[in-house]
Amino acid sequence: MTPILEVQHVRKSFGGVVANDDVSLAVPAGKIYGLIGPNGSGKTTLFNSIVGQHPVDGGSIRFAGREITTLRVPQIARLGLLRTFQQTRIYRGMTCLQNMLISVPPAGLGWRSVYLRPSAAEERKAEDLLQFVGLHAKRHLPGGDLSFGQQKLLEFAMALMSQPKMLLLDEPTAGINPTLINGLLERLRQANRDFGITLLVIEHNMRVIMQLAEYIYCLAHGELLAEGKPEEVQKDQRVLDAYLGAT
Amino acid sequence: MKLPAPRELLIPAVILAFGLLAPVLAPSYRGQMAFLWVMIVFALTWDLLGGQMGYNSFGNILFFGVGMYACVVVQRDLHLGYYAALFLGMGVGALLAVTVGALIGSGLLGLRGHYFAIGTLGIGIAAGELASGWDFVGGGGGMVPPLFPGAVGGRETFFYYLSFALAVVTFPVLRFLYAGRFGLAINAIRDDEDKAEAMGLRTTRYKTTAWCVSAFFLGLMGGVVGNLVGFIDPREVAFAGSTFGVWMVLMAILGGKGTLWGPVLGAAIFHVTKELFWTYLLGWQRVALGLLIVVIVVFFPRGILGWARERWPERFGQRVDEPASEAGR
Repeated sequence: MTPILEVQHVRKSFGGVVANDDVSLAVPAGKIYGLIGPNGSGKTTLFNSIVGQHPVDGGSIRFAGREITTLRVPQIARLGLLRTFQQTRIYRGMTCLQNMLISVPPAGLGWRSVYLRPSAAEERKAEDLLQFVGLHAKRHLPGGDLSFGQQKLLEFAMALMSQPKMLLLDEPTAGINPTLINGLLERLRQANRDFGITLLVIEHNMRVIMQLAEYIYCLAHGELLAEGKPEEVQKDQRVLDAYLGAT
Repeated sequence: MKLPAPRELLIPAVILAFGLLAPVLAPSYRGQMAFLWVMIVFALTWDLLGGQMGYNSFGNILFFGVGMYACVVVQRDLHLGYYAALFLGMGVGALLAVTVGALIGSGLLGLRGHYFAIGTLGIGIAAGELASGWDFVGGGGGMVPPLFPGAVGGRETFFYYLSFALAVVTFPVLRFLYAGRFGLAINAIRDDEDKAEAMGLRTTRYKTTAWCVSAFFLGLMGGVVGNLVGFIDPREVAFAGSTFGVWMVLMAILGGKGTLWGPVLGAAIFHVTKELFWTYLLGWQRVALGLLIVVIVVFFPRGILGWARERWPERFGQRVDEPASEAGR
């Protein structure tokens, strides 16, 4: 199967700190893949490199058959590769509904259409997606008034509104009430299954990622340590050592 | 486009009636009242960036000055009839202001937060210095627009209605922009520009457009005010950063940054208060104005409408729906 995202030999260092060293991974279209690793192992740096937040020092990144290594964040986003943030980011002063309405697929916001009001179809879709994440009753509240967990859900709904081909999720369950996590996981699977969105998920919660992902990459000290199916990675001695601190 | 409900038209109708009748009812105050509309345009155009987009500009006065100089130069050099030259000059001034906005905007709008504020402050000051050193536009001595051809006192009435008309056009244009996706986009830039970029929004394009819209109306208004005042001083009238340039910020803050009506309200209150100070506290008027500014910043950091929105969020449409509407879930 042809991968939708292909990262090859990516290297990134900040001064003397090598955050990513020769990292390669590939995610096939339509799948849910996981990315794990101890704190500081370079997961978020890799995300930032992929979406064009900062230039990489070496290697190449391809998305949907296109070289995106040197493209910048908005260009990559318009190709359909979106990310969510670890420290959730929404538009705090705008209502949930407005947050959704400005998250329409950005390729559709042309020179002229940007001056129009959102269409009725867009509003319906925004409301449906807010319903989907359980925020419909709060759609007229400013995003900043929501709890942290609800903001995460809103950010996820905004990402869906944008109809991406692929989503990079940075710790989607962090800070969410454990009883809500199962609901969120179900929604992630639904997004993958019903909307056909490929997911690459950074996650610290092992129970979550082992349930969710079909295939897992594990980073440690900026290098790719192991990869495989969840049950293989779970048993991998190197992964256990990296997490438990053995040398 | 959907027309506003009759209830929403009441306030605009009252304001329109006031604007049309004011010179007839109180002819001796035409000059001050013309400046009321000027102030409203100042506050509205500043709020487009500072309030709606979160880019606190201290350099918008640049566009005003550019428009003013361009208009008067056209009036001086093109030897057209008075009105033809005036309106052509205003148009040239607006276009030049937009061009300047687009050119420096692409560089300056890359700065964020305080850096943007300081960068724009520098540009406003630099423009005043440049104009006062350039002999083509009169240097430090400034310029005088041509004499108004009409009867004595006709000048005030004419420019009163011109500034009134400009304010009346500016407001619905901004209202239209804020109601569309463009308004959402610049609000998104205000709330989290990195997120807006990560969602693929063309932030640079929207920021530059917003600045150019602001420049357009300020450029037009520059020509009007140059002729209304009757004398262009580079630092005191055209690039008057320490008066007009600061006032436009204060008025928008006083009324409520990022609200549609806030700048109008703020400009009206500020202007009336200022004129009262000049009338009744002569000699101390600048001290009183300084105190007013302190009071605004300390007690109304969110402005009058911002305060009202916090106090009565439901009235501004911020509400939680009844659980009943969720029953189907």
